[in-house]
Amino acid sequence: MQQVPLEHALLVAAILFGIGLTGLLARRNLLFTLMSIEILLSAAGLAFVAAASRWGQADGQVMFIFILVMAGAEVSVGLALVLQIHHALKTLDSDAIRQLRG
Amino acid sequence: MLDVALIPGLPLAGFVILALVGSRLPRRAVAIIGVGSVGLSAAWALLFGAALIASHDVHQSQTLWTWMALPHFEAAIGLSLDRLSLVMVWVVTGVGFLTHLYSIAFMADDEDYARFFAYMNLFVGSMLVLVLADDLLLLYLGWEGVGLCSYLLIAFWYRDPKNVRAAVKAFLVTRIGDAAMAVGLFLLAAYTGTLRIDDLMLRLPHTFPAGAPVVVAAAALLLAGAVGKSAQLPLQVWLPDAMAGPTPVSALIHAATMVTAGVYLIARMQLVFNMAPAVMAVVAWIGLATLLLAGLSALAQRDLKRILAYSTISQLGYMFLALGVGAWTAAIFHLVTHAFFKALLFLCAGVVIKSLHDEHDIAAMGGLRRHMPLVFGAFTVGAASLAGLPLVTAGFYSKDAILQAAWASGPHAAWLWAVALVGALVTSVYAFRALFVVFLGETRREPARVSSLAMSVPLVVLAALALLAGFVQTPSQLGGISVFGGFVGPAVGGQVGQGGGGPGWLLLVASGASLLGLLIAWVLYVRRPATFARLADAPAWVALRQFALEGFGFDRLYDTMIVQPFVYLTRANVGDFVDWLYVCLAEVARLLHGLMSRAQTGRVRWYAAGIALGALLMLGLVVLR
Repeated sequence: MQQVPLEHALLVAAILFGIGLTGLLARRNLLFTLMSIEILLSAAGLAFVAAASRWGQADGQVMFIFILVMAGAEVSVGLALVLQIHHALKTLDSDAIRQLRG
Repeated sequence: MLDVALIPGLPLAGFVILALVGSRLPRRAVAIIGVGSVGLSAAWALLFGAALIASHDVHQSQTLWTWMALPHFEAAIGLSLDRLSLVMVWVVTGVGFLTHLYSIAFMADDEDYARFFAYMNLFVGSMLVLVLADDLLLLYLGWEGVGLCSYLLIAFWYRDPKNVRAAVKAFLVTRIGDAAMAVGLFLLAAYTGTLRIDDLMLRLPHTFPAGAPVVVAAAALLLAGAVGKSAQLPLQVWLPDAMAGPTPVSALIHAATMVTAGVYLIARMQLVFNMAPAVMAVVAWIGLATLLLAGLSALAQRDLKRILAYSTISQLGYMFLALGVGAWTAAIFHLVTHAFFKALLFLCAGVVIKSLHDEHDIAAMGGLRRHMPLVFGAFTVGAASLAGLPLVTAGFYSKDAILQAAWASGPHAAWLWAVALVGALVTSVYAFRALFVVFLGETRREPARVSSLAMSVPLVVLAALALLAGFVQTPSQLGGISVFGGFVGPAVGGQVGQGGGGPGWLLLVASGASLLGLLIAWVLYVRRPATFARLADAPAWVALRQFALEGFGFDRLYDTMIVQPFVYLTRANVGDFVDWLYVCLAEVARLLHGLMSRAQTGRVRWYAAGIALGALLMLGLVVLR
């Protein structure tokens, strides 16, 4: 089986990361912020899996499972927060929610 | 077991009880505790002292516990009773008890009854610690304790700012002396390694030759402490103002006991002073200048209590003169008689002032003889004793002892004697002036009736003492009794300096001075007051009188020399330049805070960008290193 070169995999991961970061910084809707974070986490996970495959060690896969679990937890908490915020402030525009400014 | 510690312990216990629960006790209980503790202490001191004298071993030492133990220095809480301190204890507890008894009636209407007795008990306790201390450090504790009580009691009626100012003044002025005394104690401790009085007296002559600079410095510093506490020149300014306190306080603290602590200190430390002859001479001259200036000031005063205050300063001057010429016994003798007659005069003045509804001006008094014969009699005895009326009064014998000692002293003896004699004349004039103006003549104001048994008993007892206390020590021409000298002499040592040192005509001259003063006062204030008033209105005389009234400008001098520059400095520094540094620090912190808080926008995306940028920066650092 032809192995995907590490460079390609890392390139894809970097592109994914860039997309996620751009989304995180550009989108103002909190739901899209959460989705962008998911993409960022997937990018990191992809990099781990690719590296594990390159070195023939299982550590990367283990890390990926950790990331998945963490992402699940993060999303559940994040969505709960989003619901509460929407309930309390009637908006999901992150720029409009500035009550914590110093 | 016979216990020295009981003597100061009882009043101190009284203080503790009154301070803790005094405000909740009924007045009768407060009076019983306050007066009873001092009374018991007096009775115990009397019995204990008598037992000691009977056993011919009047030297009791008792170490209660170790205060501090350092490698080269040790101080113990120890009491020591010898002949000198026994006399002091008797005076302090005796006069203290009578004054407390008087206070029951005098302070009867005061709302702070318990506080008054608590302070008074603390005072008596501290004073007893002072005179019984075995160790100079403990003596200093008592010394500061009585200073504190003096401050608290001058400002007893603290709602009047004038009283508080007087208290602060007294505290600060005596503090100058106390600070000097502390340095003197440090010197002694540093060079001899002990402050235990007995050890010090043993070690000092072996450590230093007479006149060594260290000893002279220590003596001068101790003298400064004594000068501050005993209101001698140039630190006498606090005592007249201290009359702002209640009259029993003036009688006990500012006449009979606390102000004599300086005399006691010098008598106790006489070895140090003997080793520094120059300082001894200074003691004599300070006493001489003080007795004359204060006597002249007393002549001009119109406030009855201020007359007595200046008189106290003047009489303390006599004691210092006696100390300065080495007549230790004469000084202590005058201390004792002065305590009796001056406490008597103050207590009489208290009755007079109270009965005239707090009137202090003697010009508003007069003719009180008919309204209060007992007080008149007592005041007459006191004034006569103060003036040293010959033969019958205690003041005559004690003052004569000092005059004789001055005559018999070394160089300048004639000058010392002559000035002291003039002082005696002045004393006699102002003493009888007060008596005549207040009690004779016509009634200017109708007094209220204030006398009660608690007030009368102390007056009678003190009057008897002011007459009879002199007969324990008489000059050789008048029997040559020397009970007092024989008793105290072995403790204070040195020259006895009395019992007929000088020729017989000295006695006659001293008597003459006293009688002449009586005559002058009689002519000026009773026979021809109108003529005198006309004379007294001459401009030069008025100016002089004003000058004497203000205590010879010492207050004004200190005001311009010390108080005003200090006030000016505080005004100049009202912005507090030391504080600038800290203000700057605070400003910088605030600036940084402003900068940082600008970054906290509350926008999630802004934070995310910050994190991303930071991560990028870190990554860049790792990669490009």
